[in-house]
Amino acid sequence: MVSLCFYFQVHQPFRLRKYSVFEIGKNSDYFDHSKNREVMQKVAKKCYLPANKLMMDLIKQHKGNFKISYSISGVALDQFKKYAPEVLLSFKELADTGCVEFLAETYYHSLSYLFSKDEFKQQVMQHTKKIKALFGQTPRVFRNTELIFNNELAKFVEDLGYEGILAEGADHILGWRSPNFVYRPVSCSKIKLLLKNYKLSDDVAFRFSNKGWNEHPLTAEKFNKWLSAANGNGVSVNLFMDYETFGEHQWEDTGIFQFLRALPNEFLKHPDNNFKTVSEVIDNNEPVSDLDIHNFVSWADIERDLSAWLGNKLQNSASSELYAFEQVIKNGNDPQLLEDWRKLTTSDHFYYMCIKWFNDGDVHKYFNPYDTPYDGFITFMNVLNDFVYRVNQTSVNQADVLAQTCTNQGQVMTHIENPSSLIKPI
Amino acid sequence: MFGWEFPPVYSGGLGTACYGLTKGLSKNSCKVTFVMPTGPIVHHDHVDVIVADKVSLENVKFTKVPSLLLPYLTSGGYDQRYRKLLQKQNASEGHGSLYGKDMMAEVWRFSEIARLIAATEDHDVIHAHDWMTYEAGIKAKKESGKPLVCHIHATEFDRSGFGGVNQYVYDIERKGLHAADKVIAVSNYTKGIVAKHYGVPEHKIEVVHNAVEFTDFPDLKDKQEDEKMVLFLGRITLQKGPDYFIEAAKKVLEHDPKVKFVVAGSGDMMGRMIERSAELGIANKVLFSGFLKGDDIDRAYKMADLYVLPSVSEPFGITPLEAMRNGTPCLISKTSGVSEVVTHCLKVDFWDVDEMANKILGVLHYGLLHKSLQENGSSEVKKFNWEIPARKCMDVYRQVMSESKIAG
Repeated sequence: MVSLCFYFQVHQPFRLRKYSVFEIGKNSDYFDHSKNREVMQKVAKKCYLPANKLMMDLIKQHKGNFKISYSISGVALDQFKKYAPEVLLSFKELADTGCVEFLAETYYHSLSYLFSKDEFKQQVMQHTKKIKALFGQTPRVFRNTELIFNNELAKFVEDLGYEGILAEGADHILGWRSPNFVYRPVSCSKIKLLLKNYKLSDDVAFRFSNKGWNEHPLTAEKFNKWLSAANGNGVSVNLFMDYETFGEHQWEDTGIFQFLRALPNEFLKHPDNNFKTVSEVIDNNEPVSDLDIHNFVSWADIERDLSAWLGNKLQNSASSELYAFEQVIKNGNDPQLLEDWRKLTTSDHFYYMCIKWFNDGDVHKYFNPYDTPYDGFITFMNVLNDFVYRVNQTSVNQADVLAQTCTNQGQVMTHIENPSSLIKPI
Repeated sequence: MFGWEFPPVYSGGLGTACYGLTKGLSKNSCKVTFVMPTGPIVHHDHVDVIVADKVSLENVKFTKVPSLLLPYLTSGGYDQRYRKLLQKQNASEGHGSLYGKDMMAEVWRFSEIARLIAATEDHDVIHAHDWMTYEAGIKAKKESGKPLVCHIHATEFDRSGFGGVNQYVYDIERKGLHAADKVIAVSNYTKGIVAKHYGVPEHKIEVVHNAVEFTDFPDLKDKQEDEKMVLFLGRITLQKGPDYFIEAAKKVLEHDPKVKFVVAGSGDMMGRMIERSAELGIANKVLFSGFLKGDDIDRAYKMADLYVLPSVSEPFGITPLEAMRNGTPCLISKTSGVSEVVTHCLKVDFWDVDEMANKILGVLHYGLLHKSLQENGSSEVKKFNWEIPARKCMDVYRQVMSESKIAG
């Protein structure tokens, strides 16, 4: 008996607008409202709405035997509400079918675990609360930003009370083992680990429309044969991918929607096969063994590590400068500043600063608002410099605290004088 | 190969490009005869002895043709120069009557000599660089029947910043580009202009991006100076956007007065730019160094914390590559060919002075940004080796040669 476990990541960041050095201290509206609206509405039209409709059709058609799981970031949910409320409504309708599970993650789709466990916990709680409020479910399974994972993180998440966690089934962690079983991170006693079957997931997410691929065109029939090969050698094939695969990464004219429509039919032809949500896979299967993943893995790029976000000096500096503000902003009493700071923790801002151009650069260009990664850095640092002003406004004493926190590389200009007083007459 | 300038005596990027290209061709065992109209007057900044024929490059032979032609000369400038030359020559040798009276006559005269050379020099392909040599190329082709490749480094639209196009020049360009068996454009940007404004079919245009001569590895030590320096280096003329540079300087200085701006080069807008800096009250912060050559150029790049190329219309733009070779970060206009091929630099719309200033301040204030651009830029620039464009040119030669065989 083999299960098919579909899990889709749904995320859109609040992109920054071109925030200039000349606006520091004068304007604290950092986000590109029109661009964010435009992207959200475009993706809603091409992907979210038609894909949700298809999922609903499949659930009805298969009378509850078609099941899927989502993790939708808090910032994506916020933008649905703002720019595409009909998408939020359609997700609620899917939630009501009982065939759809929603996972926990950080509200801001952030790298916070790597910088502040305290902030990480707060963002996870915020997200879980939001999911409960919107969809009436309390998430039981956790998925960290872009499948970033290691033993320690699993333990931390276990202590937060989650029963399951997802990770990339990368070759270097699995070795000879199959991603189609349930595992347990070595550090943990309760939480269960589901691994992405990256080969089969990427066949759909990346290779589906690639005419140079020798398996092109990919039909539901052919794909079903590959899935069935797992029968007897695993309990669940975990297909994890960006939801934007449907209609956005793979355009409608590639036939991706027809493929998805036909797949459950093919797969369910075999009486032993079924669809499961992530919680159902966990409830129905015990771990076959421990898995030791002490280095961070993710599902990004060829490297499957953190280098997409923290692979160069600019990314490292921008992120550590950002988190240097955490305490000082939290000690202050400015909810708007805290909210803006948290929106900056979204991993995409660091992803845009990636300069591994020649291999994965193309993927990084996707919805990238900047001409070059360097532009992303300049905008980000300009915003951080505006934080200095705002922190000074909320509390005079905070400035001293800040002066101590922001010493890393001297990147943030903690002392900006009134420019007009400095111009010397000739 | 017909050109009009060649190091060590040159006034712009064309001489540098021809030098690099012929060197690359020679390394690919392609024999080049470079014909250029160098006369006794080469550049108004330095009327040096012409030593082009002394440059020893394996497989490249020089033929000098006396001429008054200079690439960046206007008709008025030519007339002045002609009179000066006549006076001089009448005083010494009295050979003044050899020279044509105006630019068009000069182009014609050069082309007549080119015809003679084509009849005597053995060659397989004729390669002409920019408008002043196109007529020469056409006549040479008529004489020898060999295929003609017209290389376009700059169009009249670039030089005039898309305003006040000289009809004579345009007509010559157009005639040459249509007469050519194949056109080589220095960027996709230029290919677009050639297709759109000259009606040349796109399939006839090959894009061959320029490269840079690589000398030594840059010294990437951090500078300790408190005062930062931002460099403009190029002809001070409309096409190069010096006015946008000055306006951006003003914005930067309002924010951070501890910055110096150096404008290196000369040109028709120099006086205006000096005046403008004074008007803006930044004359003490903007230094005009005049035309630089040789080692001084590399020295200027090395001194700079940032090189800015604010061109209104730059077909390619080799200078950012030169800056990167010296370990200097670059901010380049998006309307340039070089921006198509360089990734480790900052890019800006030339007219967006606020953004230009924002990025200048970014590089000056965020030390890590400067460092990253410096490190990544100086390693990226190594891939811009002249052998690559030379090989692409040779592919074009082979193509036109085989096509002309079929046709013949």
